[in-house]
Amino acid sequence: MNPAPSVILFSTLSGLGFGFLAFLGAGALVPSGWAAFFLWGLGYGLAVAGLLAATFHLGNPKNGLLAFTQWRTSWLSREAWASVATLVLLAPVALSDWLGLCLPRGFGWVGAALALGTVVTTGMIYAQIKAVPRWHHWLTPVMFLGFAVAGGAMLAGSALAPLALVGVGAGLLAIWRVGDGAFRRAGQTMGSATGLDRIGTPWVFEPAHTGGNYIRREMIFVVGRKHAGKLRWIALGLASILPALVLLLPLGWLGVALAAGLHLTGALVARWLFFAEAEHVVGLYYGARG
Amino acid sequence: MTALPQATDKRLGLVIDLDTCVGCQACVTACKGWNDQGDGLSDQDAYGADPSGTFLNRVHSYQVAVPDAPPQIVNFPRSCLHCEVAPCVTVCPTGASYKRAEDGIVLVNPDTCIGCGLCAWACPYGARELDADQGVMKKCTLCVDRIYNQTLPEADREPACVRTCPTNARHFGDFADPESEVSRLVAARGGYDLMPDMGTKPTNKYLPPRKKGPGEASLLAPLLDIKTTGVAGWLDRMLGKLPG
Ligand code: SF4
Ligand code: SF4
Ligand code: SF4
Repeated sequence: MNPAPSVILFSTLSGLGFGFLAFLGAGALVPSGWAAFFLWGLGYGLAVAGLLAATFHLGNPKNGLLAFTQWRTSWLSREAWASVATLVLLAPVALSDWLGLCLPRGFGWVGAALALGTVVTTGMIYAQIKAVPRWHHWLTPVMFLGFAVAGGAMLAGSALAPLALVGVGAGLLAIWRVGDGAFRRAGQTMGSATGLDRIGTPWVFEPAHTGGNYIRREMIFVVGRKHAGKLRWIALGLASILPALVLLLPLGWLGVALAAGLHLTGALVARWLFFAEAEHVVGLYYGARG
Repeated sequence: MTALPQATDKRLGLVIDLDTCVGCQACVTACKGWNDQGDGLSDQDAYGADPSGTFLNRVHSYQVAVPDAPPQIVNFPRSCLHCEVAPCVTVCPTGASYKRAEDGIVLVNPDTCIGCGLCAWACPYGARELDADQGVMKKCTLCVDRIYNQTLPEADREPACVRTCPTNARHFGDFADPESEVSRLVAARGGYDLMPDMGTKPTNKYLPPRKKGPGEASLLAPLLDIKTTGVAGWLDRMLGKLPG
């Protein structure tokens, strides 16, 4: 699948933002005054920047509000609702922290649950796609959730953050391991895609079109896959191991900032791989397992 | 509404005969031509070095190694299969994608589509292409604007691709009616679904290429036995003596 910058930025930034908002909402960190303003601002900023990046992926964003209508069937629509509900529900909690209004924390707890729920809906958008076997697995939403929790814990300066970051690494190893065999397990071949396995073994004689098209650009991405092995190590190091080690050093907020920079870079690499390594079954028609 | 209908009254769709399709691309052109009315299907750099465009129907060409028979070229038209369990419909966040309860046709409403592309990801068959100029999703409409069109002569009230096909490799009809031409073709010729394991229950069916007889080792084989005489025979003998 085409690793479009808009979707990579969207899912990475909004995941981190909602993860941090969950920790702020739950009161893992209760800032006050201007510190509250900036920390809540960071959470909101990341979440909203991610959502804005997502709109750049739309071909026709002027109808964007209609994306709220199909929550009964569509995970994308559910995500739209969950993200807006989270941002609205946590607003009074943020104001209360900033202005010292002492609002009961219950609001924050609901908002925190919704924030994590939003991240799960993001994961489900991909996990529901049966035509992309690598994504079609429960580990996909778990991985999205893992990144959000670890990133949020890290920004919140939680003592559990190094552990959560190591968890992200374990999650990445698991999803790569399961994902590598997913296409084969799905059992689709050029033979089943065309049904020509009934008479023999097909291969491409002539492509359907020599020019490019949307399907090839969007679904059959093969560039750079040969570096996937190296990029996996880079993602693992930057998203998980290095920030976990940095957090163990007594560096205070500087350590958190450094860890956050490393983690975010690693998360972007991991998300790039999530798209670039995912193969869509339509590639079979084009003779690409990709 | 992106919930799928429980059942549809009719199940309109196509039968595509892989035995008779000659890969002439007439259906690709006819489809593009008919659907280029109104908003149309945009092309980019159509006459330049890197042309690209939106098509609702594409014809692939495969070479098939057939056990105990000569290899075969099979031309393979690919368009929306109007699936019963259409994953492209349920993922749509806006309701722009829908399946009609009356005849099962799967359509996109360009006025409500946001161009998110999710439906194209969900389709296993690559049947949806985002129009790069208009930013909305395009797909086969089963020529819904022809098949019910009272202003067209009766003979033209079928999809453009079916109407144009010079070898009758495309057939249009109602699969819910066991007596329809398409239902009978499927029964007689073993019509099948593409990637049935994807769980989409396609309406369109493909007819497999008929089994061809065992082939000669080479079409030129009989010629190889010809005994040459005269000058040709002399040349043949002389050349045969040369090393190499
Ligand atoms: S072929 Fe693809 S676009 Fe057409 S109904 Fe089936 S899943 Fe949807
Ligand atoms: S591209 Fe349009 S039709 Fe397809 S899922 Fe998005 S809004 Fe629906
Ligand atoms: S039915 Fe109409 S829209 Fe569909 S492939 Fe044929 S010509 Fe194109």
